[in-house]
Amino acid sequence: MNLTIYVWRQKDAKDAGGFEKYTDECKGISEHMSFLEMLDVVNDRLTEKGKMPIAFDSDCREGICGTCSMVINGRPHGPWKATTTCQLHMRAFKDGDVIYIEPWRSKAFPVIQDLIVDRKAFDTIIQAGGYISTNCGSAPDANSMLIGKEVSDSAMDAAACIGCGACVAACPNSSAMLFTAAKLAHMNTLPQGKPEEAQRTLSMVGAMDSAGFGNCSNHLECEAACPKEISGQVIAAMNRGYAKASFGKR
Amino acid sequence: MNWFGRYLKSSVGAKHVMAVTGLLLVGFVLQHMVGNLQVFAGQEAINAYAAGLKKLGPLLWVARIGLIVIFLVHIASALRLVSLNRAARPVAYKMVKSERSSFASRAMAMSGLILLAFLAFHLLHFTLGGGPLKTQFNLIDAYGRHDVYNMVVLGFQKPAVAISYVVAMLLLCLHLSHGVTSLFQSLGLNHPKYNGIFNLAGPVIATLVLVGNCSMPIAVLAGLVKATV
Repeated sequence: MNLTIYVWRQKDAKDAGGFEKYTDECKGISEHMSFLEMLDVVNDRLTEKGKMPIAFDSDCREGICGTCSMVINGRPHGPWKATTTCQLHMRAFKDGDVIYIEPWRSKAFPVIQDLIVDRKAFDTIIQAGGYISTNCGSAPDANSMLIGKEVSDSAMDAAACIGCGACVAACPNSSAMLFTAAKLAHMNTLPQGKPEEAQRTLSMVGAMDSAGFGNCSNHLECEAACPKEISGQVIAAMNRGYAKASFGKR
Repeated sequence: MNWFGRYLKSSVGAKHVMAVTGLLLVGFVLQHMVGNLQVFAGQEAINAYAAGLKKLGPLLWVARIGLIVIFLVHIASALRLVSLNRAARPVAYKMVKSERSSFASRAMAMSGLILLAFLAFHLLHFTLGGGPLKTQFNLIDAYGRHDVYNMVVLGFQKPAVAISYVVAMLLLCLHLSHGVTSLFQSLGLNHPKYNGIFNLAGPVIATLVLVGNCSMPIAVLAGLVKATV
């Protein structure tokens, strides 16, 4: 298929940036390519012409690392549900399509170059409480800590978050609540995370707020954009937990 | 009290502030509507109700001041959040495809601000009795009470006034359809057993308010409720 793509090109963080149109470079694209492979082809052709290739993030290319990050025709990770950009295939498009490709847009995710943004803000949130404290020693007996199936399932659902930032990109307010709430739900649901629940909730929400993300107004665009289909229910749990921690913690 | 200030200023605390003040305001809207619907029960009923409210004396002022404070907190907090949210995305997308959000949810700030303007007009119209509507405002009924019934009916007999009320109620309906459903999530109430009810609460209460409040100007315009002076 032949495509026209408009790609956000930005030399560095200080550059104003703008869209570049590519048509010659997007000819004869196979529908079996992934979206990133399409960009690889475009980049080869740009390189042959002596032009700067498009900078974009990718790593595992199997939908589990959360590195790829681009807004494709107004949707983070493109039009497919529960799919990261690397798992999006060109059969989602048809011959003659026009595709706009933009980086995540958020003050907390400054553009480094072209489609690559700096997601350090997520690391800061994790550092604030995305862990449990435990004493090292010999391994405990198996099954000494009983965890109900429903509890472990819901913790696992939250732990599916790959930290890609699509929730922030999709949110009309650039809020990071789905990410933060998923991490809190993952940790706070399990017995290992319980002892530090209140402090974790306060610290991670605090880190999220100071990173410059927006506020949640329950549009739930995050839930629709999440490639791991994390439910907005985790945000409700965070809303409860934050009040409990604020009022209850000594 | 350091922790309390921190809580209120935080993104999650701000949600709770919006939800709690919103809940109280919805309560007021419903109570206000039920009181006003007495216009259909005739002049005696609504004038007696209004006189009863005035008799509350200092209590009425407690309620009024409370209401004003709730309004101001709701509005100030909303404005603060909108400006923070704008700042959180300095460069806009070229293309945005909304999937889950509704027109109502995206238009909250807009519908809220227009409602604020309407509120100023409404207070001037029926509470302070200023402007060009002074003559209807100063009517007295046979028992020497403030003649609310004829004030309302004469007011709504002007098509422009009646239509402005209907338009404002459409906006209120839009605002509440997202706001009421949203406040459950904000307060942490999200449970598969009850989500059906939460999701219906917004649209149902919004429609009730729309139908109830619009019935009055429409009934007056249609000649179903007539002035007695």
